[in-house]
Amino acid sequence: MDHASLSGGFTDPPQQSAVAFRGIMQAMARPGTICDVAGAVAPVPLSVAAGTALLTLCDPDTGVHLAGACDTQAVRDWITFQTGAPLVAAEDADFVVGDWNDIDLSVLRIGTPEYPDRSATVIVEMLELRAEGATLTGPGIKERAVLDLPDVAAFQRNATLFPLGLDFMFTCGAQMAALPRSTKVI
Amino acid sequence: MTDYNFAYLDEQTKRMIRRAILKGLAIPGYQVPFASREMPMPYGWGTGGVQVSAAVMTASDVFKVIDQGADDTTNAVSIRRFFERTAGVETTEATSDATVIQTRHRIPEEPLTDDQILVYQVPIPEPLRFLEPSEVETRKMHALEEYGLMHVKLYEDISAHGAIATAYAYPVEVEGRYVMDPSPIPKFDNPKLSMAAIQLFGAGREQRIYALPPYTRVVSLGFDDYPFEASKAEHACALCGATDSYLDELIVDDAGTRMFMCSDTDYCQSRRAAGHVGAQGTPFKEDAA
Repeated sequence: MDHASLSGGFTDPPQQSAVAFRGIMQAMARPGTICDVAGAVAPVPLSVAAGTALLTLCDPDTGVHLAGACDTQAVRDWITFQTGAPLVAAEDADFVVGDWNDIDLSVLRIGTPEYPDRSATVIVEMLELRAEGATLTGPGIKERAVLDLPDVAAFQRNATLFPLGLDFMFTCGAQMAALPRSTKVI
Repeated sequence: MTDYNFAYLDEQTKRMIRRAILKGLAIPGYQVPFASREMPMPYGWGTGGVQVSAAVMTASDVFKVIDQGADDTTNAVSIRRFFERTAGVETTEATSDATVIQTRHRIPEEPLTDDQILVYQVPIPEPLRFLEPSEVETRKMHALEEYGLMHVKLYEDISAHGAIATAYAYPVEVEGRYVMDPSPIPKFDNPKLSMAAIQLFGAGREQRIYALPPYTRVVSLGFDDYPFEASKAEHACALCGATDSYLDELIVDDAGTRMFMCSDTDYCQSRRAAGHVGAQGTPFKEDAA
């Protein structure tokens, strides 16, 4: 572990995590809406929003899986020092972080009929977040929303599992949009 | 603010509650179990709502608390003061000025906007609990979407009383999937459950959090021939004359004389400030409050 993992966390955790969570909650409650999520700086290649979300939501109770290029020693050390979250295999993870092409959705936990909340949240790092492309409808959306998604069929499949399924957060820079399992993608 | 962590709870507790809130928003109407903490107030006084409020609150929020619509009851005053002390947030009694509103058993009359959050205090989150005491069984019923028992209960209401007699905590179906207890709000408030604000429900003793994202489809259960009906006392508010608000009934003398007045004190006061006067009201004076 080098000194890099000691920096980049919240300087005022109670205040900064509260502001960050408000952004994350707005994103999850209003699918397709792009919200600011900032406060922490994780090592490259993690975005500010992904790093901030991990710091806001993860702790020793949550398994984190790093997929593909995100799985570097620097990122591992940073998460371990800043959150204490165990780094686990994809099938055991509560939170999965990575690029879309590096994440195998088929092995992730989707919950059980009795406990659909025991499912993974997937943080997908994006090159950009744009309010155009796929049309979204469902809870949190007044009529329809639009969001540029890395895939459409995968999210349509996920929605058919409801109330089971995965919940997605898309991060780019200091911004986040989300797509919970309840959203229907057209 | 040196004596307490911001908003009282420790950070790990807030993270646990925040994760539950996100899952609740992703699965509208589903009750997410959470590790409810002991709070410095008894169960039944809003420990669930307080924990949810503490987890969503930021320093720049303006906080309002209502108890049966009123800002000035003991419960509302105590919780407001609790967050003034532990979070240093600004508080208000005006619905439109608030960003986070914690409520016990009412939805404000004034429509909420998309930059507001409504936090409900919930005593019994499980709508099937009085029909089926076992948590194992009710959980299975939710999993299998087996809600026949609830319809039987409403049907028994009709056969016994000629109408659906359930007047509060009237069960709703969320997005065509989960049957949910909207907390003991009067059924007059049920049509407002599809709204622009985020709605979060916290049950402290029962350790459950659930949520309704904005504009979620919420349907009050009913039958084709006995549809759901939002009801209120057929009177106008005696103080402000409002005919569209939910009314409290007060017995004002030994002869049983009744008086009806808005349960939403801020709504009533704003109407009186705007010049509306009810049958027994007096013109509003600023210092009268």
